[in-house]
Amino acid sequence: MSEATLRAQELPVGSFGNKASGWYGVWTLVLTESAIFVYLLFSYFYLASQASGEWPIGGSPSLRLAAPNTLILLLSSACLGWAERSGARRGDRARLLGGIGAAFILGTVFVIIQLREWRGKAFSPQSGTYGSSYYVVTGFHMAHVIVGLTMLAAVFVWAALGKFSRDRHAPLTIGAIYWHFVDVVWVVVFTALYVAPRLK
Amino acid sequence: MNSAVSPLDERLTVIWRTPPGLRGFLSTVDHKRIGIRYIITAFVFLIAGGIEALIMRVQLSHSNLKILSPETYDQLFTMHGFTMIFLYAGPVLSGFSNYLWPLLLGSRDMAFPRLNALSYWIFVLSGIFLYVSFPLGLSPDAGWFNYPPLSSGPYDSGPNIDFYLLGLIFLGVSTTVGSANFVVSLLRTRAPGMSINRMPILVWGTLTASVGNLLAVPAVSLACVLLFLDRQFGTHFFDVEQHGQPLLWQHLFWMFGHPWVYAIVLPALGIVSDALPTFCRRPLVGYTAVALATVATMIVGFGVWLHHMFATGMPMLSLAFFSAASLVITIPSAVSTFAWIATIWTGKPVLTTAFLFLSSFIVLFVIGGVSGVMTGAVPLDWQLTDTYFVVAHLHYVLIGINVFPVIGGIYYWFPKMTGRLMNERLGRWNFWTMFLGFNLGFFPMHISGLMGMPRRIYTYAPYLGWDAVNLVTTIGSFVFAAGVALFVANFVFSMRRGKAAGDNPWDAPTLEWSVPSPVPPYNFRVIPTVASRHPLWEGRLNESPQRSSLVSGYVLDQGRETLATTVLDAEPDLILKMPGDSYAPLWLSLSLSLAFVGLIVHAPWVAGAGVLAVGASILGWMWPERDLDQTAEPAHV
Repeated sequence: MSEATLRAQELPVGSFGNKASGWYGVWTLVLTESAIFVYLLFSYFYLASQASGEWPIGGSPSLRLAAPNTLILLLSSACLGWAERSGARRGDRARLLGGIGAAFILGTVFVIIQLREWRGKAFSPQSGTYGSSYYVVTGFHMAHVIVGLTMLAAVFVWAALGKFSRDRHAPLTIGAIYWHFVDVVWVVVFTALYVAPRLK
Repeated sequence: MNSAVSPLDERLTVIWRTPPGLRGFLSTVDHKRIGIRYIITAFVFLIAGGIEALIMRVQLSHSNLKILSPETYDQLFTMHGFTMIFLYAGPVLSGFSNYLWPLLLGSRDMAFPRLNALSYWIFVLSGIFLYVSFPLGLSPDAGWFNYPPLSSGPYDSGPNIDFYLLGLIFLGVSTTVGSANFVVSLLRTRAPGMSINRMPILVWGTLTASVGNLLAVPAVSLACVLLFLDRQFGTHFFDVEQHGQPLLWQHLFWMFGHPWVYAIVLPALGIVSDALPTFCRRPLVGYTAVALATVATMIVGFGVWLHHMFATGMPMLSLAFFSAASLVITIPSAVSTFAWIATIWTGKPVLTTAFLFLSSFIVLFVIGGVSGVMTGAVPLDWQLTDTYFVVAHLHYVLIGINVFPVIGGIYYWFPKMTGRLMNERLGRWNFWTMFLGFNLGFFPMHISGLMGMPRRIYTYAPYLGWDAVNLVTTIGSFVFAAGVALFVANFVFSMRRGKAAGDNPWDAPTLEWSVPSPVPPYNFRVIPTVASRHPLWEGRLNESPQRSSLVSGYVLDQGRETLATTVLDAEPDLILKMPGDSYAPLWLSLSLSLAFVGLIVHAPWVAGAGVLAVGASILGWMWPERDLDQTAEPAHV
């Protein structure tokens, strides 16, 4: 055998730190999902610009539930960030599980409040272009929250089973990137649907 | 240099080979097998779409023929467009890139081998999903861009349009995961030394197309979701009576549609930029300019969608802006065109069949480009829109820029895929039949368009004077089809009887020609280290004293492994553990099929079960594996 057998001792192997392929992969997911919301909001504003009836129906939507709910979702993101920084990277299992658990519970609370918000609306998805847009934009986001919660649940189970170490917890990092993305999207949706009509 | 089989080769073969039989067929993640499968499946769809076209051409060969009813004709042209654009043109290029990328980049597989299998299975299942509608007589029938209100519930209430909407969303999943895989493979799996200024142009083309797809596919998937909701759940996005906006569909469709046009041509231009120089016996002229032109085309391509909508009553300012942006595209296109011409001009062309296909492409590209410039000008577009002139333009673009490079590319890489050369004598017949048939069939469409013949009419009256030109078109289309048949015959014949090719039959410069033909399951015995754009031509070009290293490098034989390198400079960064063959992609795509079947037959429980099965498949797939060094106590460190 003439070829030099370079077996690099210095290179890490497998899903190490942020070098796992999945870390790069989730950013492509964030990119394409961001595009979905850009097109959704384009559709919303396009229909708004062409609307002839009342837009939004019943005036600007109330902030009574939506504003605190926004804070709840942001707090959930913060808990997950804490789980990663103070838990996973330091090998502190209690903080790791506590942080993911808290993020999951806050996310679930967001879903429940959002369902109440929907139930309290005076219009339905069949109520003209505003009703259709409102429910489809918030519905798309809700679907992402549910996917995100499923990811958090899986990551919690894997953390509880001891699958993660200081150097190897790519599923947590990847799930967290997705969850932060879902939360940032909500801030954008909230601004577009709840805040923007007040600026008129 | 690779002829003798070493013990290392045997060890790597055991690690990387796919088991024989059905098990291997259903579970393989080998990018080469998936790539070839992609190409063959896309060609099956090309033939299906071609037969649909021939049936339509029979109907149009003479005035007042009524072989097909208007309803059947509508389904035929819609299926023809959908098939060619979505099930052939995109996937065939994914096939090339799936097969070639790791070989061009000096890697053992794509970054996500299972995702590769997934994108294939979803592609083929979404194609089957769509084609089930055909024998039922319920195929989509509102054209391949499916404008509401024609495609909305009140005017087209059957499941026809739902097949279109769900089929396109389904296929979009395949395109998206495939694109994500290309992007991450580019970022991670280039051989050491392959900095971005050393990548083959095909890699630039597919990368640009993939980023474009990630940003553009959501637009059409969303449009399909909204129209499906309108049709099935009573929302009003496109419903005129409730102040919905049919034009919103056109915006969303073409925000996707125009970048998609570049997604299905840029990798094909990459095929030309990489294969043509081999037959000109010199490197491509203006590598940097061509690479930048590729990217620039896509960037500008995101700002031209309105030129499909010039006749919809836009404000003058929009018309002027989008017309100007559309004309700007000619600049990067001309840069590439002159680079190819200069490569031929200053080279010593070898007139193989592949060269004929690749160089004739330049002629067709220019013709399709000029008719594009014509329709990019608003006043002319108002005259020509929805006539056969546009049909001529888009076929020159899509057949000229996609089919001709693809067939040239198959003549070029067939020896690498099979170890055999395609027959050159049959190849000449193949080329000239296709080239003459194509021009005989499609050039007269410019004339029928200028004579005022609208597209999508199922027959026409004799006094309009369109008989002769249509007869010529029909004859040409059958000659063209005979050319494609000759290609298929050559492909099948050469697979069995072709001359043995050897590692590098064309004396080509890039990495894939440094390994045996057909390529062993592990691709490279050692991960090569690249010092230039032309690793196999360094000796004769002598551009620098540095030499690529093809015989010594990282061995990586502790299970399936390949090397990860840094994003810009391609320095060794990590050893990637690669997954083995797996049924997970097949399960996931079958689960997804179940969800779509549930939606088309209005069975919410079936759709729900499909969604749950999708979730379960993904969880199983993602479960951290010790063997892949994904867990706290990795197996290999």
